[in-house]
Amino acid sequence: MRAYLVSRLGQTLLVVFLSLTAVFFLARLGGDPVLLFLPMDIQAKDLNEFRQRLGFNDPLPVQYARFMSGALRGDFGESLRYKQDALGLVLERLPATLRLGGAALLLTFCLAIPVGVVSAMKRGSVWDYLGMGGAVLGQAIPGFWLGLMLIYLFSVRLGWLPTGGTGGPLHYVMPVLVLGAFYAARMARLTRSSVLDTLGEDFILTARAKGLAELVVVGKHTLKNAAIPIVTLAGLETGQLLGGAVITETIFAWPGVGRLTVQALLNRDFPLVLAAVFIASLTYTLLNLVVDLLYGWIDPRTRKS
Amino acid sequence: MITLVRIRRNGLGIIGLILAGAAILAAFAAPLLAPHDPLNADFTQSLKPPGTAGHPWGTDQLGRDLLSRVIYGARIALFIGLCTVLLTAVVGGVLGLLAGYFGGWPGAVLMRLVDVQLSFPFIFLALTINAIVGLGLRNIIISLAAAGWVVYARVVRGEVLSVKQREYVHAAAALGMGRGRILFRHVLPNVLPSIIIVASLQFSQFIVAEAAISFLGFGVQPPTPAWGSMLSESRDHLYVAWWLAAFPGAALAVTALGINLVGDWLRDVLDPKFRA
Repeated sequence: MRAYLVSRLGQTLLVVFLSLTAVFFLARLGGDPVLLFLPMDIQAKDLNEFRQRLGFNDPLPVQYARFMSGALRGDFGESLRYKQDALGLVLERLPATLRLGGAALLLTFCLAIPVGVVSAMKRGSVWDYLGMGGAVLGQAIPGFWLGLMLIYLFSVRLGWLPTGGTGGPLHYVMPVLVLGAFYAARMARLTRSSVLDTLGEDFILTARAKGLAELVVVGKHTLKNAAIPIVTLAGLETGQLLGGAVITETIFAWPGVGRLTVQALLNRDFPLVLAAVFIASLTYTLLNLVVDLLYGWIDPRTRKS
Repeated sequence: MITLVRIRRNGLGIIGLILAGAAILAAFAAPLLAPHDPLNADFTQSLKPPGTAGHPWGTDQLGRDLLSRVIYGARIALFIGLCTVLLTAVVGGVLGLLAGYFGGWPGAVLMRLVDVQLSFPFIFLALTINAIVGLGLRNIIISLAAAGWVVYARVVRGEVLSVKQREYVHAAAALGMGRGRILFRHVLPNVLPSIIIVASLQFSQFIVAEAAISFLGFGVQPPTPAWGSMLSESRDHLYVAWWLAAFPGAALAVTALGINLVGDWLRDVLDPKFRA
């Protein structure tokens, strides 16, 4: 177990290191950040002085070594725009993103699993058609369009919900719905097919033949065995939620890492972009590790010796 | 029961074909179907609601006809989707074939790279690449392809690893057939269904991702009538002109739904493993 954990943590570090390296070189290939950042009418002398100060005049390997040695100490430099520590800015925004993502994940589970289970148990019924029809639609409707339409309906027309920003619980309603809708749809479909697969197994037949109550058959025998693919998807989806957060946070002016990253990319604020990539890849890989450990808990057969 | 399920599935597949067919028709026949030039501005006609004479879906802030812009938007969306799918299928497919068939350390290194890239949210990756390589039609295709090829590489490699153990591959090798010929004559045709399934599932993902990236201010730029950038512009007028957000988004959702349904149906037909 310990050896497994160590090797997995090593992999996490490798992923983070490679992503930072890739983004660093891509960013430098993409052009001179200084030119894009400063006003058009700047003097050549000032420009050069600015470059010198930020270290853009050094050879690329030197810049890379300096960047990596800084990154190892958690120092990604100052944001070009906000003139503050880049990593600090990202960490400041992280709790807002985690709150939004956590709420969306909760909604996904609370909505998708009951819908999927009911659809599977009542296969071919009206509930099945309604549930799966909703899921197919939920998968096809792009989140940013759903967001705009919800804002129009609930904020512009009805005036029930705020258009964006943070504050009370009401501010959560639309962003969580938009972020959760797509993932809930996928998870509901997977839950349905996973439960259907399990219902066809011999041990379910045995349990029914023993005369167990339907509630026990479903609750204890089916759900426990259907959980493995659902947990796999949940793990993958939790990471993808970070991607969805980029869009949702931008629509609803949610002060999280996603919106900060979009702004940093638009401003070509590279220290901030790299700090955001660092936090995103670290969060994502650690989430995947947690999911893999959860497997062992749910399904003892996969437990590593 | 099984026939019932098949009919229901095929029914959904037919709905998908109709929806996707409508988008394809709009893309091909855009100059014939569109009542106006999608770029033609007329300030006297700005922000007219749907149902205005000559503008059945209304006009935008510059007085351009919304219906015409949405129809031309199908062109952009399908063009980007198609180019990206072809590019990713060829690049990812070839790399996956080589990695699976020849293996060795280059294959191992490639698969590590794929693992690393798959450990990133797709949209985040495509967005970051696009922000760095730059805006415009060509660059959005490059960014989406650079973010998406890994899926093919992994799926194809996995398939090749199993196909190359089959008797007919061993038989071909025993008969003295060259490795290149075995790869293209015996292995490739057997992994092709997987490539087609992945392509059909990725197609709508690419179209939606392009719209999302353009919506965020990267990707395809105004005044090109792309659905994503139209939605982005519509945010400024949401209080007065709901139609600017409603129609391009609905077109995008319908196209994505149609392609998804066709993809599900193709998967049922081509891959018995997924047949439920």
